[in-house]
Amino acid sequence: MTQTVSRPAVGARTPLPLDVEAIRADFPILSRTVRDGKRLVYLDSGATSQKPRSVLDAERDFYETCNAAPHRGAHQLAEEATARYEAARATIAAFIGAQPAEVVFTRNSTEAINLVAYALSNAATAKEPAFRRYAVGQGDEIVVTEMEHHANLVPWQQLCERTGATLRWLGLTDDGRLDLSDLSTVVNERTKLVAVTQQSNILGTINPLDQIVARAHEVGALVLVDGAQSVPHQPVDVTALDADFLVFSGHKMLGPTGVGVLWGRYEVLDALPPFLTGGSMIEVVRMEGSTFMPPPQRFEAGVPMTAQVIGLAAAVEYLQRLGMEKVQAHEEALTGYALAKLAEIPGVTVIGPPDTVARGGAVSFTVEGIHPHDVGQVLDDLGVEVRVGHHCAWPVVRRYGVPATTRATFYVHTGYDDVDALADAVRKAQEFFGVVPSSEGVG
Amino acid sequence: MYQEIILDHYRNPHGRGLRDPFEAEVHHVNPTCGDEVTLRVHLDGDRLADVSYEGMGCSISQASVSAMRDLVVGRTVPEALETGEHFMTLMQSRGDPSVAEKLEDELEDAVAFAGVSKYPARIKCALMSWMALKDASARALSVTDPTTPTGGHQ
Repeated sequence: MTQTVSRPAVGARTPLPLDVEAIRADFPILSRTVRDGKRLVYLDSGATSQKPRSVLDAERDFYETCNAAPHRGAHQLAEEATARYEAARATIAAFIGAQPAEVVFTRNSTEAINLVAYALSNAATAKEPAFRRYAVGQGDEIVVTEMEHHANLVPWQQLCERTGATLRWLGLTDDGRLDLSDLSTVVNERTKLVAVTQQSNILGTINPLDQIVARAHEVGALVLVDGAQSVPHQPVDVTALDADFLVFSGHKMLGPTGVGVLWGRYEVLDALPPFLTGGSMIEVVRMEGSTFMPPPQRFEAGVPMTAQVIGLAAAVEYLQRLGMEKVQAHEEALTGYALAKLAEIPGVTVIGPPDTVARGGAVSFTVEGIHPHDVGQVLDDLGVEVRVGHHCAWPVVRRYGVPATTRATFYVHTGYDDVDALADAVRKAQEFFGVVPSSEGVG
Repeated sequence: MYQEIILDHYRNPHGRGLRDPFEAEVHHVNPTCGDEVTLRVHLDGDRLADVSYEGMGCSISQASVSAMRDLVVGRTVPEALETGEHFMTLMQSRGDPSVAEKLEDELEDAVAFAGVSKYPARIKCALMSWMALKDASARALSVTDPTTPTGGHQ
């Protein structure tokens, strides 16, 4: 965030902020080969990241030394498991500048968003008046953007269908940015919640959240920020963000699958009814009815994913050792280099911001005359693993008039050699399919 | 995986375009990646008098529908569906050359898709058109008024 002032010349191989070789040695999977002995060039961290040994060790250590169900039972293992689980919550909370009581563990970002969406519709029928404060109903509006991942779109469509509320959205500009020209009309007195991504998973765009948060709060609306692609890749501080909710997934930030986070402003969480109910989240249970614990326990029904939470804390510690400013600067250097390398290839068009200004490391592109699946297939045969398709953001590819894209995403172990491998493989795909345009680069 | 036969069908698809008359029209998509095909069948009794289509997607999905059309037009629906079963067997062969060898006469150009069976993520691309044909044929056979088209199904 603070180190983006001086930008290297486009396409220059300036020294990378992170020691790629040392980092690669921490990731056991990067030593394997793919497709008949090819070096693994993993450019799909945006889908899920690889895991360093310290994360794997933390999970194994929990199971080997103190496995028990936290927050129940009075034996020594249960005490130790509870202590480890809550220490992990504190570590993860500190990573985003939050209080531990504001951090709720979910399965992933998708579940965290659904938790909020269901809490808002459950609020309308809650028995306790205190839980009705944020009820959504007919006449209310929910605002999203055309840039959202399906996980931050479909739950809001469904909330509107359940409650009779209306879904509205902010559109996109041709260069892959949010079109905020109608922000003040789309977000208005009827708006109950604005759900927006901090960093687009397909375009790479980093959104100007301060403007959106300011407008939303002006009209008394809540703001949910999808941090699935930002928290792993840039410093994020919930105080500076000033939103009401932030969600992110552990598996995209070097952590295990099966654990995600819902951060919520405490007074907002405290006024929400539960989503999932059952064990651990109750205060008193009688046959006639039950009362619930305060946050975060109110939203953590059942035995939690303890080992995964502990693994996520280890991932956070790994990222903290590298420094999130450095992680962001590293990816920015790679992104600038990748944009320049791809621009040199005739027929390749980048979908998204063309430079590194307010942009993360998701680089989506099309190759004229070759369907992204076929691009991906040739790349895969060369050991270059990218994502192809609509990236769970179908409205975005539709907006830009393409059926799908090829997407490369970077992380802490990515080096210039990986980007070179990508560019070489794209050229090989063009040769294979016999589509080498003679014109200058289209992008 | 990319046999020259596949690339030929992709570059010069056989019988592409939606034609009248037809008894059923279906639209199938491959939601993980957005491949699409719209497919019509025209029956003469239980014989496939025409299969017409439009689509967009990768070379495998689009070449598959072209090769399929060559195979099934002129055959009865049960014969075409049996061929579809053979194609399914080929897709499940995990690259075993003996399976492709046995099916060569039956599948003609479509046997070139044998290599796809080694790539689980691409099998859906190759099968999409056959699923669409099965769906459209079933609908066409069940249409009581042969001039009423159905469609819009995923």
